[in-house]
Amino acid sequence: MTNTWLPLSVLLSSLLPGLIIFLLAEEQRRTRTLLNLLAAVTKLVLTGVMAWGVYQGRQYETRLTFFPKADLVLRADSFSLLFITLSAVLWFVTTIYAVGYLEGTDHRSRFFGFFSLCVASTMGIALAGNLLTFFLFYEMLTLSTYPLVIHRGTPEALRAGNVYLRYTLTGATLLLAGVALLYSLAGAVEFTERGALSAVAAHRTELIVAFVLLIGGLGVKTALVPLHGWLPVAMVAPAPVSALLHAVAVVKAGAFGITRIIYDVYGVYLVHDLGVMQPLAMVAAVTILYGSVRALQQGDLKKRLAYSTVSQVAYIVLGVSIFGTASTIGGLVHLVHQGVMKITLFFCAGNYAEELHVHRVSELRGVGRRMPLTTAAFTVGALGMIGIPPVAGFITKWYLGIGALEAHQPWLVVVLLTSSLLNAGYFLPIVYSAWFQAPREEWKPSPRRWEIGLLLLLPTVATAVLSLAAGLFAGAELSPLGWTRLLTEREFRP
Amino acid sequence: MTSVAALMVWPVILPLLGAVLALLVGRPGVRLVAGVASVATLMASSMLAWEVAHQGVLHQSIGGWGAPLGIEWRADGLAALMLLTIALVGPLISVHALDHFGDREDREFLPLWLFVWCALNALVLSADAFNLYVTLELTTLAAVALIAVRRDLPGLDAGLRYLLFALPGSLCYLLGIALLYGAHATLDVGTLAQRVQPGPVTWVAAGLVTVGLCLKTPLFPLHVWLPPTYTGAPTPVTALLSALISKGSFYVLLRLWLEVFAPVMDAQVGQLLGVLGAAAVLWGSALALNQTQLKRVVAYSSVAQIGYMFLVFPMATSGARAGAIYLVVSHAAAKASMFVAVGNIHQAVGITALGGVQGLAHRMPFTFLAMALGGISLIGIPPSGGFIAKWLLLNEAIGTRQWWWGLVLLVGSLMAAAYVFRILRGSFLPLPPGVTVRSIPLGNELAPLALALIALVLGLVPWFPLDLLAIGASR
Repeated sequence: MTNTWLPLSVLLSSLLPGLIIFLLAEEQRRTRTLLNLLAAVTKLVLTGVMAWGVYQGRQYETRLTFFPKADLVLRADSFSLLFITLSAVLWFVTTIYAVGYLEGTDHRSRFFGFFSLCVASTMGIALAGNLLTFFLFYEMLTLSTYPLVIHRGTPEALRAGNVYLRYTLTGATLLLAGVALLYSLAGAVEFTERGALSAVAAHRTELIVAFVLLIGGLGVKTALVPLHGWLPVAMVAPAPVSALLHAVAVVKAGAFGITRIIYDVYGVYLVHDLGVMQPLAMVAAVTILYGSVRALQQGDLKKRLAYSTVSQVAYIVLGVSIFGTASTIGGLVHLVHQGVMKITLFFCAGNYAEELHVHRVSELRGVGRRMPLTTAAFTVGALGMIGIPPVAGFITKWYLGIGALEAHQPWLVVVLLTSSLLNAGYFLPIVYSAWFQAPREEWKPSPRRWEIGLLLLLPTVATAVLSLAAGLFAGAELSPLGWTRLLTEREFRP
Repeated sequence: MTSVAALMVWPVILPLLGAVLALLVGRPGVRLVAGVASVATLMASSMLAWEVAHQGVLHQSIGGWGAPLGIEWRADGLAALMLLTIALVGPLISVHALDHFGDREDREFLPLWLFVWCALNALVLSADAFNLYVTLELTTLAAVALIAVRRDLPGLDAGLRYLLFALPGSLCYLLGIALLYGAHATLDVGTLAQRVQPGPVTWVAAGLVTVGLCLKTPLFPLHVWLPPTYTGAPTPVTALLSALISKGSFYVLLRLWLEVFAPVMDAQVGQLLGVLGAAAVLWGSALALNQTQLKRVVAYSSVAQIGYMFLVFPMATSGARAGAIYLVVSHAAAKASMFVAVGNIHQAVGITALGGVQGLAHRMPFTFLAMALGGISLIGIPPSGGFIAKWLLLNEAIGTRQWWWGLVLLVGSLMAAAYVFRILRGSFLPLPPGVTVRSIPLGNELAPLALALIALVLGLVPWFPLDLLAIGASR
């Protein structure tokens, strides 16, 4: 029994409110907030229903005619649900955070309108059932994030927007070339477990060229070195946007796409056979190390976090490009883990900037006394990034390490260890000075009951708790890890 | 059957009646008459399209004079789609024109536009080469009057420029079909297709016809008249020229090439047209990037977009035909929306320079939304009709193993992105001091948005137009 309306409803639950929000006047703050939260909650509920259904083995698919020979397909499989659930949960908290963060600023209707379109695009990317549908939503994501990047309307923001467009549109062009090449070989390739190209496996040259184009295109949003240049520049955007770009929407859309290409378009066996997996793993390894080294050099907190994202997202790519179950589990589960941890860190950076006007790492001395909860959340996120148990990041690195050994590539373990050391090098000094050095004089005690407004504090604490929970309860069947193991086993079933 | 085929006369007669009546009633009634005529023509066009969609190709001999010499009309899917495009895009442009002109121009613009509409509809339906010439001429002459409707110097200059290029174009075309008639004793396109043989006469005739139509469309390097004409003409007229009138000559070229010349011509000629198209894409986009006047950016973009359409000739497959036609239709909507939006901006702040958009995104949200959606279609990013066209052409380029045309498409869209976002991004800056924004009527804000939405919808339900234009595609 296939349910045909639920995937479409999940998409519409953010698309329609987004369109309505555009029409609201700037002063209608209550209506806008209510609509935002209502949409976010609806989406959570629908996602929950769908996740439960898929777990029970039900089918969810919306199919609309597009071309005479190609459909638009929205389908919920277990991999899309991993991404949808992450997005739905993090979007809920980011919406609350953004309402608090943008209180009293200009153009909020525009902001939340594009914000919702951005969610809708991400949902479309997650639910896309074939390559063509994926491409449509991938482009929509570019268009709906651009106004968010330049939201502040300063010349600096516009310049960042230019860089963002230059990278993403070039990437999209490569992606389109790859999609069209595969389309001419095999039609509108439907995402299928263990791959959909076995019938045309003989066209090795075309398949390799298409693979390079597709990964090159997706690599831009994933911020694989040397295609990462836009990410640190895009940091001029407001904090909730950065949180969103780094944890859920843009970079994850790229990583999700790469995973789809390897596992559900080509199939992991075919990719292995074509000999393109090892080069991709090397690119990922270089990105991991390069991102960490650059992060170490940054004095600006958000820039440091940005380079850290470059490095962390490459873990996902590394995981899916090593042939073997353990590494795949590690890569896929990091999609969720990195999202939860990184969004915590960005919320914290936003809180510091908003409450104390602190932007640089060196100014964080003693901030733990003034903002203990935020700093505690930051500590959880930072420890997770380094990979210290019991935070979620440890699970990732553990599986990646095992995977590297299983695949007889011990050099990757060296990469992982080096990167962890570098992670520690750029996070631990912050944590140390925040807690153990004397606070700056000019920080006055908070005039409120809490260290910062609750709309900003609660999301921060909530995601920190989630990062811990994902690590502590990793053994549970419905934890991110449990879910990933389930779906990895299916991909590797011969 | 005849009663259904008789439907074909209405999309031509109704705008003609409207035009004559509008001229007669003068100032008080002109808007009403034009409005009624527009709605009626839209309905007639839709009904005809409906019949074509359900019954297939329709034929009609006007006045009982059939082929080979009489007036033979033919409505296939392509013609139906063109009728619909004109009937949706044209009136929306004329809505914008209402506030643009004063009373006197209004009195002249509306009847002239109805004449153009009548001529274009007749052109789309004509099935013989001489009638195509007559309707093409009618369109040109009415267009010249439209360009100069304001009777100011830039308008007269632009009109004269257009006339000086369009007339030799018509003459070339006429010479070409005279040769064909001399050799094959027929003007009917279908009969010609059966009779033409490879040989010097056909080659010379095809060359003359092609050059003539390329002058009118125009194809690089014959485009030199386009930027000054598009800039000098009143903005609603520019929108009509770019969206609809230039498509008339391309439509004739497409018909004659795909149905008559392609089988008997050397493949190299198709390649040559493709090379010129590619040059138009790159040259037009590069110049669009270097303009400082808003309207000129959009005008040069037309040079580039027309270039894409010519990529159909080297590929000459049904998929490429669909792609080119899809581009004709979505470019009509998208470019009309861009020009009308430019007109709005000019009316609101009185600045023609590119910097004039500063700070306007919030003052004129619908205009800029229209500009963004139209621009997305020009670039070819989904969801938009432009993307579908690009996708179809790209697939044919790969399918016919002529990947270099695909490369042109991709590079061209990156350049388009550069000039479109060059316009859009400035609108997010704060409003410069000393600039006052005049409020413009809501109808003027909504007209470009409606046009842009057509381009958007073309990108959402492409199966409908594609199914329609497959009707009667190959004979």
